[in-house]
Amino acid sequence: MFANRNFNWQMVLGFEVHIELATLSKMFCGCPADHFAKAPNTQVCPVCLGLPGSLPVPNTKAIKWCVKLGLALGCDINLFSKFDRKNYFYPDLPKGYQITQYDIPFCHDGELLGHKIKRVHMEEDTAKLQHQGNATLIDFNRSGVPLVEIVTEPDFVSSDDGILFLKEVQAIVRALGISTADMEKGSMRLEANISIKRPDHPRLPDYKIEVKNVNSFRFIKKAIDFEVNRQIQLLESGQTPVQETRGFKEATGETVSQRVKEEANDYRYFPEPDIPPLQFTKAQIESWRKELPQLPAQVQEELIHKYHLSPQYAVIISGNQEMYAQFLKNPSKAMADALVNKRPVQTTPVAEVNQEVVNKILAANPKAVADLKSGKQQALFFLIGQVKKQLGNIDVSLTQRIIEENISK
Amino acid sequence: MLIDETIASLANKLKKKEISPVDIAKECLKQIEKQNPKINAFITQVDSKAVLDQAKKIKLTTPLSGIPYVLKDVYVTKDLRTTAASNVLSDYIPQYDATVVHKVNSAGSILLGKMNMDAWGHGGSTENTDFGPAKNPWDITRVAGGSGGGPAAAIVSRMCSFAIGEDTGGSIRNPAGWCGITGLKVTYGRVSRYGSIAYASSFDSVGPTAKTAEDCALILQHIAGQDPHDATSSPLPVGDYLSRLEEGIQGKVIGVPKEFMGEGLDPKVKKLILVAAQKFTDLGAKIEEVSLPTSKYAISVYYLLAPSETSSNLARYDGIRYGNGRDKFTPETMRRIMIGTYALSAGYYDAYYKKAQQARTLIIKDYQKVFTKCDLILSPISPTPPTKLGELINDPVKNMLADIYTVTTNTAGIPALALPCGFTRSGLPIGMQLQGPMFSEEVLLQAGYAYQQVTDWHVRKPQL
Ligand SMILES: [Zn+2]
Repeated sequence: MFANRNFNWQMVLGFEVHIELATLSKMFCGCPADHFAKAPNTQVCPVCLGLPGSLPVPNTKAIKWCVKLGLALGCDINLFSKFDRKNYFYPDLPKGYQITQYDIPFCHDGELLGHKIKRVHMEEDTAKLQHQGNATLIDFNRSGVPLVEIVTEPDFVSSDDGILFLKEVQAIVRALGISTADMEKGSMRLEANISIKRPDHPRLPDYKIEVKNVNSFRFIKKAIDFEVNRQIQLLESGQTPVQETRGFKEATGETVSQRVKEEANDYRYFPEPDIPPLQFTKAQIESWRKELPQLPAQVQEELIHKYHLSPQYAVIISGNQEMYAQFLKNPSKAMADALVNKRPVQTTPVAEVNQEVVNKILAANPKAVADLKSGKQQALFFLIGQVKKQLGNIDVSLTQRIIEENISK
Repeated sequence: MLIDETIASLANKLKKKEISPVDIAKECLKQIEKQNPKINAFITQVDSKAVLDQAKKIKLTTPLSGIPYVLKDVYVTKDLRTTAASNVLSDYIPQYDATVVHKVNSAGSILLGKMNMDAWGHGGSTENTDFGPAKNPWDITRVAGGSGGGPAAAIVSRMCSFAIGEDTGGSIRNPAGWCGITGLKVTYGRVSRYGSIAYASSFDSVGPTAKTAEDCALILQHIAGQDPHDATSSPLPVGDYLSRLEEGIQGKVIGVPKEFMGEGLDPKVKKLILVAAQKFTDLGAKIEEVSLPTSKYAISVYYLLAPSETSSNLARYDGIRYGNGRDKFTPETMRRIMIGTYALSAGYYDAYYKKAQQARTLIIKDYQKVFTKCDLILSPISPTPPTKLGELINDPVKNMLADIYTVTTNTAGIPALALPCGFTRSGLPIGMQLQGPMFSEEVLLQAGYAYQQVTDWHVRKPQL
């Protein structure tokens, strides 16, 4: 949008997205991972408190989920991988280091909606600081919760473009069932890296502003747009923006400086000696790939190509399973409009799907039935289409259920 | 004394009800009262009444039941002060028991106390401790070795039957050698490290210290095995250390690396190692000279990697959580933290940490190659007899070089058995070590057992 106003500058925008996984236990110990609204420091043990002598044992389910997310984001998987220590001091970090992945993340070089994903890696969450008056209290319930970090290339050129991407990530995470990806509860956290440059300048700018702790898509968009204008004004008045971390003030719609980075932190990364390196097999990765559910991208393709919806509508509808199911009951432009704009849905008669019709169609299409039995979801849509041909307007989810029941008999 | 006997012998008498656990416990408590003030082996003693109460109630379920033992003060013990010999943890009471503590306690052994050591394992003489140096029971003007000087001194002066030691660069073997007892550094991963306050995570190993190889076999049988709390513990089945102990070493090839017998080795020590080699020949083994060319880099590798890991492991003692601040670290510990921090820093990582890791791989390969030619390696433990108090702690470089024959073992992750092989003319004990391939504890213990059947160095005790 700002590009329309100002052709002299080009936005350089990238994201770091943190997803807290909804595993039963934490990343390196047996404590419950779900810490939302729990009494402080009730879900802790020697490991997540970093007590002397304690050792981390990695949660294999979290690792699998991280790899599956990487696969869903089109990443390559490193068959050999490891954990590393990131050393720094902060009161929310009881060991004095965070266990993360440095040079060999589980997943790398993915692509989503035309944007390059640098890496997807696994790490542990920190404890939560609560400021009360002059005191700061520490709640370790969150310490050691599995956290996946997705890092994109800075190849976004507008905030809208960015939001579309972030919503898609959220939809994928939800489709995988690995996190609620709820921004208000902090299970999905966004960090935007923003700078601007002349369009013909070949390299990235030599500064970047991180905007952190923004808990909705709407606000991150506002923050990005505000930040771009602020930086343009600075650069046009001959100043270079200071490399810093900024927060977002919801009341004013402005970003505010939180921490100026005077020099690069030296985290003294080195391989975590308490956890042996991990070795996956190709077969293992392929079997995980087969477990991937129908992903929003596939649903979107269906919505765009089969039902001729706009990409914006497709992203919104595919990102909400209830909405998608609702849409399939009456797949029409009017329904999509109604759902997206939350207008009352004009009800249309839905033909009853009867068992007999389904039986007939299944009998007439043995190849599709065989395909479906071997796990090819495309065959299901073909069969639903055949039922639709016979009956006209049908309840798609009901039809699907009847077909699946028949197949599994 | 009852406590002169092996664990098996005591267990047998307990079973036959010839003696009771209280008899043994009383003897140990009396000995502690009498000898510890001279030796300073303990940092924290378990209350005598609690020890006797436990001895009265103990059920005899294993050969370790009713046997009094001590812990190097690096193992966390629930509700019992654990200091790692540092004032940083001078009043730290842990919330849980280390896995090895849990195992030994479950077997019915009776804990007498937490033992003196070099703080965090940083040293080879138990002088880098905030609780006063432990003294050598054979000559109290000399050090007991380190870092586990307290446990070794307590065993040889008969204050307990055995100890759980911890060896990062020689911390079980060095004091075993200088106090005249037997100690086993196990293969990395053979015994769980959970609850062992980390010095250098990829080097630390948990092992038994006792009077004999037989005792060590018995203890190892109870503490070895995979632990769900330690991802680096090995899933390999635990060996048959006890039942195969008497298999002997007939036909085994024992290599003596020329690099461990050359310059810098005290001639008195060298002579005793050669005499021991002859003993092994008499027992049916074949002695051969071998070479470990990369071992000359081991000290450099160890003193880059271990401090790197320790700089990270000790970061949690930041003054927020454990009462005392970083100003309580000793100069030797600060030196290691700073060396490690430097080696991991951007711009130095490749030249130091990474280079050292590459050299570590070469050392491992060197050992693998040698073990295609021999079954075991015989070498000295320390280049000299026990040093005078103050000699090592005031000379940081000399302090490092005291570890020259022991750090290669931890760098390679292999096991090693330390056992006494004689005395100097002035009556100071000298030890030797046998190293073996990964998970060769059975063979090491068989060799140690065979040797101790035909020698009596291990039964000698100091006149205090
Ligand atoms: Zn925990």
